[in-house]
Amino acid sequence: MSHEMNTVLGLYNYWIVIFLMMTGFYVVIAKGNLVKKIIGLNLFQISVFLLYLSMGKINGGTTPIYPDKSFFADLQDQSSTMPVYSHPLPSVLILTAIVVGIATTALALALIVRIHEAYGTIEEDEILLQDQEA
Amino acid sequence: MTHEQHIGWALLVPLVAALLTTLNGTRPNLREGCTLVCAGALFLIIASLAGHVFAGARPQLTLLEVVPGLAIAFRVEPLGMLFALVASGLWVVTTCYSIGYMRAHHEGHQTRFFACFAIAIFAVMGAAFSQNLFALFLFYEVLTFSTYPLVTHHGDDKARRGGRTYLGILLFTSVSFLLLAIGWTWVLAGTLDFQEGGILTGKATPTVLAVLLALYAFGTGKAALMPFHRWLPAAMVAPTPVSALLHAVAVVKVGVFTVMKISVYTFGTGLLQDTGISLWLMYVAGATILLASLVALTKDNLKARLAYSTISQLSYIVLGAMLANSWGVIGGSMHIAMHAFGKITLFFCAGAIYVAAHKTEISDMRGIGRRMPITLAAFFLGSLSVIGLPPFGGSWSKWFLALGAAEAHQVALVAVLMISSLLNIAYLMPIVIRGYFFPAGEEPSRSEVKEAPLLCVIPLCLTATCGLALFFFADTIYGWMLPIAPLVVTTP
Amino acid sequence: MQQHLPILLIITPLVAAPLCLLLRQRIAALALALAVCWSTFAMALWLLEIARNTPGGITYQLGGWAAPWGIEYHVDTLAGLMLVLISGIAAIALSFAPRSIQDEIPAGQHYLFATEYLLCLTGLLGICVTGDLFNLFVFLEISSLSAYALISLGRSRRALTAAFQYLVMGTIGATFILIAIGLMYMMTGTLNMADMAERLKRTIELREQTVVVHQTRTILVAFAFLSVGISIKMALFPLHLWLPNAYAYAPSVVTGFLAATATKVSVYMLLRFVFTVFGVQFSFQTLPFDVGLMALALIGIFAASTTAIFQTNIKRMLAYSSVAQVGYMALGISFASENGLTGGIVHMFNHALIKGGMFLAMGCLVFRLGSVELTDLRGVGRRMPLTMFAWVLGGLGLIGVPVTAGFISKWYLISAVLERGWWPIAVLMLLSSLLAVIYIWRVVEVAYFQEPPETDPPVQEAPLALLIPTGLLIGANIVFGLWTTLSVGAAGEAARQLLGASP
Repeated sequence: MSHEMNTVLGLYNYWIVIFLMMTGFYVVIAKGNLVKKIIGLNLFQISVFLLYLSMGKINGGTTPIYPDKSFFADLQDQSSTMPVYSHPLPSVLILTAIVVGIATTALALALIVRIHEAYGTIEEDEILLQDQEA
Repeated sequence: MTHEQHIGWALLVPLVAALLTTLNGTRPNLREGCTLVCAGALFLIIASLAGHVFAGARPQLTLLEVVPGLAIAFRVEPLGMLFALVASGLWVVTTCYSIGYMRAHHEGHQTRFFACFAIAIFAVMGAAFSQNLFALFLFYEVLTFSTYPLVTHHGDDKARRGGRTYLGILLFTSVSFLLLAIGWTWVLAGTLDFQEGGILTGKATPTVLAVLLALYAFGTGKAALMPFHRWLPAAMVAPTPVSALLHAVAVVKVGVFTVMKISVYTFGTGLLQDTGISLWLMYVAGATILLASLVALTKDNLKARLAYSTISQLSYIVLGAMLANSWGVIGGSMHIAMHAFGKITLFFCAGAIYVAAHKTEISDMRGIGRRMPITLAAFFLGSLSVIGLPPFGGSWSKWFLALGAAEAHQVALVAVLMISSLLNIAYLMPIVIRGYFFPAGEEPSRSEVKEAPLLCVIPLCLTATCGLALFFFADTIYGWMLPIAPLVVTTP
Repeated sequence: MQQHLPILLIITPLVAAPLCLLLRQRIAALALALAVCWSTFAMALWLLEIARNTPGGITYQLGGWAAPWGIEYHVDTLAGLMLVLISGIAAIALSFAPRSIQDEIPAGQHYLFATEYLLCLTGLLGICVTGDLFNLFVFLEISSLSAYALISLGRSRRALTAAFQYLVMGTIGATFILIAIGLMYMMTGTLNMADMAERLKRTIELREQTVVVHQTRTILVAFAFLSVGISIKMALFPLHLWLPNAYAYAPSVVTGFLAATATKVSVYMLLRFVFTVFGVQFSFQTLPFDVGLMALALIGIFAASTTAIFQTNIKRMLAYSSVAQVGYMALGISFASENGLTGGIVHMFNHALIKGGMFLAMGCLVFRLGSVELTDLRGVGRRMPLTMFAWVLGGLGLIGVPVTAGFISKWYLISAVLERGWWPIAVLMLLSSLLAVIYIWRVVEVAYFQEPPETDPPVQEAPLALLIPTGLLIGANIVFGLWTTLSVGAAGEAARQLLGASP
């Protein structure tokens, strides 16, 4: 395999991110149903979560959890090196971002419920039509 | 009182007048009494300051430095002093006239009228005394906005349209040209102060200076240089006292005063003469003089005719400023005063005729002189002063301007001045002739029209007499203006 | 206490917000919120004073963890000025609220209003103090989420759709910013702004080549995401579509508060990223960011002002005017010179006062008239003279008449343009302010020259509880037009710091 091919395939995680991101973005723009819009928005946000998570991951890395004493005992026995950890910070950041995402979704859904009460529909074009008539 | 305090009081008194007027809105007599007292007080303050300034003092007062380099500061020099003197003196007279006119005419919103009037005078005082371009621009704009309610006083559609034109043109020119020019000056010269000899010498190429001068000349929309003159006829929807003081004296004179100040203190007359960048603006002014006079001939509405006459006369002063030689500057400055007395008389008469006979069109004024002899006599005197015939003040300023044009070897402009005087005769005299010698119209007047109320007639007699008296005091004004003239010239 | 001020400023409204929720009682909740807002304002003033006297600004390490590992709060002059502005407007607007929301929001939701308002304040203040990029994102979302909720409180059902639209666009914008932060983190391994600025200039080994981190494609992509994301948030033309409806249908107080603060904070973010993190060198010399920003700003000013002229809903008209004014701020930033930046920052400050005041005046009109349609304002100048006078004074500020604050910012912008010799842009700027004359004067003519409709009883002047806060903001517009030691002084300092931070 050529060097370029390697680069392209080696970055598969980013391709997934971009694919998800664009799908979500498309759904937000193209769909008239407000709930579908929010699903698209979620997809869009989740792709960014993946971007962060995959950037912290190291091949063969373990979870960065402080091991107990027996682990160190084993370690000395086998005269091996410390295990490789994945970077924990992106995961921590994304934990916060997930919370923000949930809050956004919850608020959006609440708004959709209110919109449905007020307009009797959650289709964007019908809402626009009602606003123009009013 | 020190001179500095004089400046402060001169600004404060009109504001106090505005405040008192507003507070006493429900008591007309008290309200107008307050205005009158304040007007008188202002005149006394200005007159006592004038003595010092013409004797050579240059009092200064810095009120506030808004941002470094932009200060609301005042410095009284002869040109501004003369202007302030004329404006404050005529404010007293106009206040008397306004009381008579507004009451006889049962105008509404009189409190607003007197309050805005006082604020406008405040702005005029500020502009006259301003020490730098920023302060001048500030008061220029205050004047624009404070006179807007006066122009639209009647509140009907016509007033609204007039107000729109008024504000539209004045703001358009001042914001897009004048402010740009001021900003540019600031970047070029690093200061906005008015200084003897100007601040722009050696700071920019002649091309840049020429553009800058054009921006100033056209940006000062209040100077009504064509093609930015349309606001002045539009402003005639205002009650006549407004047209008289503001649109024949205060507002328009702030315009030409600005042009004069910029010519003398920002560019410096030397710079203008050396580079010759003002030549084409002289022709613009000359064209405005002639065209406006021609338009005036076609107007049947008396106030409209007077408005175009004003446009024409303003360009005399712009011409003087652009000539930038001693005769031009002195003639132009003197014309600020001379034209003021002549034109305000004419407007007072127009208002008096409107109040007494409800006539606005010249063709309806046949025989008016028989019924309103005093008014028409004053109109006659005022006309002669505007035309510039001896023994009236106007003759001196026109004479000096013609001398200035001759000294600059602009024979064409000398001719323009002469032709313009003929045109003045052509559009002003028929009114007098019609009033005295034509029989009244066929329809018998139902009630005999009498003179306007005394409060209207006395002021107009006063200003007409002043126009006459100024002929004999021209030498004094000449002496006052000498310090700002570029070269010392011998007394005529 | 003094060294803990940066965190106290954030903690106070943050803790008070759930307290309001627990109180569940309208008067208690509003009283608490008011007390918090005014004390925040006092703290912000104090903080600005300290920040201006401390070279390099104040830093505060959260929990004692040193940067770049811990989260650092950093208050320099710019941040201090923003804090004063935001908390000041918040306090004044909230003083306006108790009377104004009586009609506009059901009484049972008033404590919720107070909660959301305080949360929004927390978020906006947080963005300005934080020196940590991810923290900035979190605060941005706190302020945005509460802003969506606040907007949806509006009386008309269109407030709901406006809030929804804002939510979708705002979330996209915020996510873009998040992507950019992620990409930058990827290349530098830090989230601290100062640290990142430093690391962006380092060289790294990339595919057997030595490159400066700045010049990697990842950072370029991050910059693109960031500028689009922030542009959405600050409603820079053509990404302003969420703003007009959101401002038009939100409750009056909310419009006043958000119009004066939310977009300004986004402008602040732009300043922080472009100048502090990326640096002038990269943004303006490596990338033609200035040209792009200037073009968008100018087009935005004209397009939005022209649209404003054709609006019949006055709140919408002012909203479009806000889009245009954001253009002036962007224009000032795009010059990247001291005068230009000073102009941009001062305009941010002044416009907040002007627009805040005008929207509060609109609130007075809504209180008495119940409508903001142009045709319903007939003759209101005679019925509500003080309110309309305040509105007109604000309008003069928008036009940029001398003596008003608007003139000061225009003056700086104009001299910045002329300094560079770009006089066509100066002409365009001045012409654009004439568009403001047109849309302001349309309202003036209707309010003063048309006969008021006969109603029984005739419309009254707004109550003092509404007039005083309105007057305060409009009065500030005049005060800062004459006395500029605080506004221009601090803005000039901030501009020098921003330009000096990156040689």
